[in-house]
Amino acid sequence: MEDTVLFRKQYVISADDPLTFGEASSDIKKTLKQLGVPPDVIRRAAVSMYEAEINTIIHGGGGEGEVFIYAGRVKIVFRDQGPGIPDIEKAMQPGFSTASEKAREMGFGAGLGLPNIKKNSDEFTIESEPGKGTTVTIIVRL
Amino acid sequence: MAGIFHSVKLNREKCKGCTTCLGCPTEAIRVRNGKAAIVPERCIDCGLCIRVCPYHAKEAQSDSLDDFKRFDFRVALPAPALYGQFNPKITVDKILAGLIKLGFDDVFEVASAAEIAAVETRRVMAEKKDSFPLISSSCPAIVRLIQLRFPGLLDQVLRVESPMEIAARIVRQEIYPGKKNLGIFFISPCPAKITAVKNPLNKPRSEVDGIIPIKDIYLPLLASLSEVDVPEKKQASSFLGISWAVSQGEGDNVGGFNIAAVDGILNAAKMFEEMENRRLRNVDFIEAMACPGGCVGGPLTVENPYIAKARIRNKALELSSVMEGAPQPFLTKVNTRWLNEDLKPRPIQKLDDNFQRAIEMMDQMEKLATGLPGLDCGACGAPSCRALAEDIVRGTARKNDCIFVLREEIRSLSINLAELGAWVPQSMKRDNEE
Ligand SMILES: Nc1ncnc2c1ncn2[C@@H]1O[C@H](COP(=O)(O)OP(=O)(O)OP(=O)(O)O)[C@@H](O)[C@H]1O
Ligand code: SF4
Ligand SMILES: [Mg+2]
Repeated sequence: MEDTVLFRKQYVISADDPLTFGEASSDIKKTLKQLGVPPDVIRRAAVSMYEAEINTIIHGGGGEGEVFIYAGRVKIVFRDQGPGIPDIEKAMQPGFSTASEKAREMGFGAGLGLPNIKKNSDEFTIESEPGKGTTVTIIVRL
Repeated sequence: MAGIFHSVKLNREKCKGCTTCLGCPTEAIRVRNGKAAIVPERCIDCGLCIRVCPYHAKEAQSDSLDDFKRFDFRVALPAPALYGQFNPKITVDKILAGLIKLGFDDVFEVASAAEIAAVETRRVMAEKKDSFPLISSSCPAIVRLIQLRFPGLLDQVLRVESPMEIAARIVRQEIYPGKKNLGIFFISPCPAKITAVKNPLNKPRSEVDGIIPIKDIYLPLLASLSEVDVPEKKQASSFLGISWAVSQGEGDNVGGFNIAAVDGILNAAKMFEEMENRRLRNVDFIEAMACPGGCVGGPLTVENPYIAKARIRNKALELSSVMEGAPQPFLTKVNTRWLNEDLKPRPIQKLDDNFQRAIEMMDQMEKLATGLPGLDCGACGAPSCRALAEDIVRGTARKNDCIFVLREEIRSLSINLAELGAWVPQSMKRDNEE
């Protein structure tokens, strides 16, 4: 059935150790390869997931990630209790970024992450409340 | 395994089953029955295991020095890495003359062909700006790594022919066209090139007839070098061509772009991992070489890679940095692209062709993995606990292969045994035992 979750994985996303940044996406990438998902679909899922994971770390201060695999799609969810996004439409614009100096030093902050997710996913929603946090949901069809 | 030639082989006599080689970048090695076993579909012939094996039990299947005697007319194609193997006083001209003394009728420098490959690379770079970063296709171990582990990046692989193959095409098609019984031999730093000749990815067959490892020709060549007095001037390669033997060299040749040079197969895998995650910003070209320091660090070389690298750099600096005469006339003559552009993914990681079945296996694997200690000790013969879990669901290993699981089972068994041993059957019980 389309709506049965066939496989599910959860991750704690920590903002403390740069060496672990992107580990959840790498792990899912491996899982999708093992499941025999076509390379192009894996690429789109991995790129989207990586960008969302990094945003959870850089802007959200860490949080959690969850991945659900269904017969025809993979759903990726990231949640954080960070500052939230006051104007989502603005945040979606290529080049818009509020990344800190520190984040920019690390090579983030070009304002391309969210547009990149939009481009690579089949469905993409952001729910955010300033001061409370952000939840990003990405769907890539298999 | 029919149809799959790969060069790296195990010498069973020498292998002690020590598990040192389990760090293979494609997880192609398992220890079974006390000996290492290479899974042929997974081996990319990078030669990492040859380098790390303390007992020299990993070998490259190659041609012997005598094989070239089968041909009436023999041409040697020395890899530029050969130039770094001898002390700095030995010039390239002398090395080339030494090869002739060894019985070759002619030599053509692969370094010269590298300069032609560089011209072609610049042309492809200008054509394919939209697909940046592009990945060099000159190291065959790297191309196979991408095929197996990073198939999503295959479109970004350059598909410019390797300097070795370009050199062989020049010799066969331009210098000695129609020559009967012509044998072309590449003097190789690595097993990956052996496989590229015996089992080419990108063409029906290679123009190279045989491969002689640098380590096999080293001593005979050293001997013949002492017989060369004043060598004739034969070297035609420039700074650009001979730099190709070391990491950064190919990148320097491409010039004018943002180039990231990575050496070492595990470092390259890390780079590709990042490349898959996210647009590598501000990188146009990735020069990736499987060996530390570049081809000078090839597993079939003799000299320490970093010493060889320094020698190559010094030799290069003495040379002109523009293309000299020799490669020039062939520039537009030979085809410098892959004859067959097809580069199919070989997704070795896939658990099953059937998605449902793969999911079930995945589920089992996750459950199994949580029951394993997570020490990645290698004693089970698999490179990590997760790999053992994978082997178990694929049916090629058992849970008891893990010594910790085995110990746990023995422990609970012995508790059961002790309990059973203390148990007295009713008919044997006496009053005071109640
Ligand atoms: N989880 C989040 N919490 C708070 N703000 C966020 C979050 N995700 C995105 N944003 C906001 O949206 C902006 C745009 O995000 P986007 O990922 O497109 O660019 P970036 O992260 O700033 O830079 P890049 O992704 O190119 O490194 C961010 O600068 C930030 O202001
Ligand atoms: S880096 Fe050079 S020597 Fe090493 S495998 Fe690649 S082509 Fe061969
Ligand atoms: Mg971002």
